[in-house]
Amino acid sequence: MEALISIVLGTLTACGVYLILRFRTFPVVLGLTFLSYAANLFLLVMGRLTIGKPPVITEGVTDYADPLPQALVLTAIVIGFAMTAFVIMLSLKAYAALGNDHVDGKHKL
Amino acid sequence: MMNHIVIAPVLLPLLIATLLLLIRQQNLSFQRILSIASVAAQVILAAMLLRAVSSEEILVYAVGNWAAPFGIILVADRLAAYMLMISALLAFCALIYAVRKSDRIGQHFHVLFQLQLLGLNGAFLTGDLFNLFVFFEILLLASYSLLLHGGGRLRTKAGLHFVVINLVGSTLFLFAVGILYGTLGTLNMADLAVKVAASPDENVFLVRVAGFLLFGVFALKAALLPIYTWLPAAYAHTTAAVAALFAIMTKVGAYCILRVYTLIFGEQAGPAANLIEGWLLPLALATLIVGMIGVIASTRLRQQAAYLVVASIGSLLIAFGLNTNAGIVAGLYYLPHSTFAAAAFFLLADIIASRRGKINDKFDLGPMIAHKRLLGVLFFSTAILIVGLPPLSGFIGKFLILQAALTHSMLPWIMSIILLTSLLGLIAVARSGSLLFYRAQSMEAVSHIPEASVTVKTGSVTVELMPVISLLLLCIALVIYAGPVTEFSLTIADQLLQPTIYIRAVLGDGGIT
Repeated sequence: MEALISIVLGTLTACGVYLILRFRTFPVVLGLTFLSYAANLFLLVMGRLTIGKPPVITEGVTDYADPLPQALVLTAIVIGFAMTAFVIMLSLKAYAALGNDHVDGKHKL
Repeated sequence: MMNHIVIAPVLLPLLIATLLLLIRQQNLSFQRILSIASVAAQVILAAMLLRAVSSEEILVYAVGNWAAPFGIILVADRLAAYMLMISALLAFCALIYAVRKSDRIGQHFHVLFQLQLLGLNGAFLTGDLFNLFVFFEILLLASYSLLLHGGGRLRTKAGLHFVVINLVGSTLFLFAVGILYGTLGTLNMADLAVKVAASPDENVFLVRVAGFLLFGVFALKAALLPIYTWLPAAYAHTTAAVAALFAIMTKVGAYCILRVYTLIFGEQAGPAANLIEGWLLPLALATLIVGMIGVIASTRLRQQAAYLVVASIGSLLIAFGLNTNAGIVAGLYYLPHSTFAAAAFFLLADIIASRRGKINDKFDLGPMIAHKRLLGVLFFSTAILIVGLPPLSGFIGKFLILQAALTHSMLPWIMSIILLTSLLGLIAVARSGSLLFYRAQSMEAVSHIPEASVTVKTGSVTVELMPVISLLLLCIALVIYAGPVTEFSLTIADQLLQPTIYIRAVLGDGGIT
């Protein structure tokens, strides 16, 4: 399980970094999304991977799942979602204002 | 009994922003009154907090009365109160300028302005690393919109870069937070300080990685050398009032560096002690050099102002990078000076540019500008202020930094770079000043340029210049009250370099093991 999650995390981050370095805005936005997915998953995993454990105090239970990373990741997801929406609108605006979708706004197609 | 004044600087702008959102956009004058009143109230709140923390020790506010380290806490120590005061004063001047000029060219300016202040105040007050991330996002989201306020091609392009690089920074922040939580099981800064110092050997490497990741994030906010390139374009193309307010934004990065690397990764952090020592100072020196080269090479006045911000963050972080009591004191004196001076320069650049017609703020021979005597005097004062010539506060700031560096092993480098860049800065601003004010006069005869007849319709030039003059007066106050300010900075530095005081205030006596 840990190995699988690590591979997924690595792949997401690598894809994100590659896409961010592209010259058009749409891949860059996708790259940012991948990176924030990777960060969210990473944050969630930091509470350790457990199966079938309760997150709140229950009678007769000694092992718990850590509830805090879940709360953290929820906040991070919401913020990431808002930021993605904003950056999509901004890149559309940039496309309209600059006439192309190059991140520096000067590439001739 | 908790002191509720600690949370007031966070709640007030939030409440006012919500109220402003409910008021119809057409009713601009009411919005302005509310916004200005809110910022004025924040100045008063900051003053009250300053009073409270200078007599008492550290004020801790547990949100929802959940005790640290389980709940989120706000901490008002001397540094936080000092930063709140600086940002409130700056915001007041920037807002007054915006009301005169640019708040009507787009929607919801005042809402965004208040939200920006909410993010700033929260970032200064919070005692929790994840909460710091949240406040960062609030201030960034507000700053994205403020930056784009009014629209335009260049602004959109610079805005896109600013947004993307800051989003990457936010992701890095999350990774760092994740590593720290995964290894140490806490995000409360005081608790982190205790746990980092006691971290077992197998975790030391991960903790250090997280520490450096955080440094990367804060360096990005502060616009330190390798990642400063977003700043000049973004600051040069936004409206002047926003650029003036953004003078505090880089200082948020500097504040976080100072806070995190004295408290969590400071002297007493055991295996991760003095984590960024050896990195901060060389990078800051390089930032100062590159910033000043940018100042010399600028082709526009506002671009020059933006590079002066980069250079000033270099000087500021040189002071913090010395990692001594005297260095922090020098930095804390230089911080308000550089913030106010940079803001004044941005506002003045805009006022001058608006009088030059199509040439705007480009360094071309232009028409003689209206009110050139008054503007000339102000430009001259701001220039010597920002370059650091006596008798104004820039000189005292640089003097304190050099004095603090006297015992440092890198003294020759620090001394030569600061003095040389000061000379470069002096040449650059003298050149732009003479181009704007002296050589314009000779062009008057050859007024084939149609813009020569540009007259600005302004009610009264003194009203327009009020924010600039207030910022300059603040800097002059820094000279007159240099004694009390440095004394207070000394008490801040004392508090910072003894993290146990902070830890005990947050966690109680049980926190120290």
